[in-house]
Amino acid sequence: MRNPLNSFIEDIPPSGIRKFFDIVGEMDGAISLGVGEPDFDTPWHVREEGIYSLVKGKTFYTSNAGLKSLREAITGFVKRHYGMSYDPEGEVLVTVGGSEAIDLAFRAMLERGDEVIIPEPCFVSYKPCAILAGATPVTIPLKEENHFKLQPEELLSHITDRTKLLFISYPNNPTGAVMEREDLEKIAQIVEEKDLYVISDEIYSELSYTGKPHVSIASLPGMRDRTIVINGFSKAFAMTGWRLGYACGPERILHQMLKIHQFAIMCAPTTAQYAAVEAMNKGDDDIAEMREAYNQRRRYLLEKFAELGIPCFPAQGAFYLFPCIKKFGMSSEEFAMRLLETEKVAVVPGSAFGDSGEGFLRISYAYSLRDLKRAMERIGRFVKTLPQ
Amino acid sequence: MRDKVLGDKILTILEKNARITAKDLAALIGEREEDVAKEIEALEDSGVICGYHTMVNWDKTDNEKADAFIEVKVAPQRGVGFEQIAERIWQYPEVTSVYLISGNFDYAVIIQGKSMREIAMFVSEKLSTIDGVLSTSTLFILKKYKDHGTVLEEPRKDERIEMS
Repeated sequence: MRNPLNSFIEDIPPSGIRKFFDIVGEMDGAISLGVGEPDFDTPWHVREEGIYSLVKGKTFYTSNAGLKSLREAITGFVKRHYGMSYDPEGEVLVTVGGSEAIDLAFRAMLERGDEVIIPEPCFVSYKPCAILAGATPVTIPLKEENHFKLQPEELLSHITDRTKLLFISYPNNPTGAVMEREDLEKIAQIVEEKDLYVISDEIYSELSYTGKPHVSIASLPGMRDRTIVINGFSKAFAMTGWRLGYACGPERILHQMLKIHQFAIMCAPTTAQYAAVEAMNKGDDDIAEMREAYNQRRRYLLEKFAELGIPCFPAQGAFYLFPCIKKFGMSSEEFAMRLLETEKVAVVPGSAFGDSGEGFLRISYAYSLRDLKRAMERIGRFVKTLPQ
Repeated sequence: MRDKVLGDKILTILEKNARITAKDLAALIGEREEDVAKEIEALEDSGVICGYHTMVNWDKTDNEKADAFIEVKVAPQRGVGFEQIAERIWQYPEVTSVYLISGNFDYAVIIQGKSMREIAMFVSEKLSTIDGVLSTSTLFILKKYKDHGTVLEEPRKDERIEMS
């Protein structure tokens, strides 16, 4: 029998997160700090709109780009929150999660031989998606001493004649890093000089604890026509299971993304789209309430890590901390495995997010304070047994 | 002078979790423990914080308990209005809440007793015989679904999986 597989696909390794957690599921009494989705339920008024749409029989396909009312609600939200203007006709595309939008953007813009710059540590799907699009990912190892922000000189030294795209994601999973306006301005300048394009995954944009509104790189002068902004409903509105995201960008690119979406997906789920209209138009208070809860937990964990003497840079976004465990003299995978075995606490080894994540752990605080407290007690007990 | 912003932050958290320590509370809101402890004391002294209670779902124990919601209609008295009758009602330890309300009756009274019979006896012997009480209507609570902002259900299992 012939090999039925595409060797190109076979060569892509599976996600490093899943592998580790298959063990956790079978362990009794384990506490996990590994989940990358909100612990809140979708706000009731949003769920209710989804239910109502079903009652009214709204069970058909929507237009390929998404419900017009949703695209208008999205442009309204993006204007209100980030001060950016997009045309609901042609500059917004509703997708099956932010993940689909990332895939579409890569496939619409990249071809064989193109290089896409991806700073690491980062979410696990970017590199494989770039490879699936036929491009060559070029990773930049970000440094903790720079608070995991992309530095202009780091970007410059990785640009070649074949570089077409820069992929960034702030607030960041897994580091919790945030890039503010002045940080992004330096990057934008290089992007323009070198005639690059940007895909900016801003799925955690509402979960920033700097006290200032989130700044999208697309809002900087000259960047609107060079940037595809990816966002969605999962993190801001606790809607992961609804599978709904969106992309905003120049029509020239969006038009081609729409074509792939049209043939591969048709349209995003209709029920989710009706619920999302409610979220975009009337969900600002829900976001604020959840953000405050996350921020409290973030402060609490930072203090606990300080008490335990585990260095942890003061992350200002998403719902992750990225403590450094280098001083214990073992790899992050070994640390995570031993922590799981001795104290039954599951965390994600930083190395799952790229080589530069080695020596760190990703700690999610999308958990109740009660769980966090119990987990930190166990982590404290564990590190006391280690030579410092 | 109390710090209103700090006070509001503390109250918002304590209202949901009365057992949190001043140390943990301080960590959550990014303040110093001693400032938080001092503010809590000031809130207690001034009566803003007027108690700490445990929400008990008695249905999950062997203890027999019954609750009733009583609508009470009264004839308010000259000079003292509704206050005096309210006081005569709230003095009873069986009475857990008394509210003056708008609408077809005057007070909403919540009573907790060992049994429905005990509550019925209390209403007929004590409550309805108070001077000025014109009528009562007793509504027994059959099941509590949500109380004080908390849904009374089995603790939910975390169904999320580690994948992103």
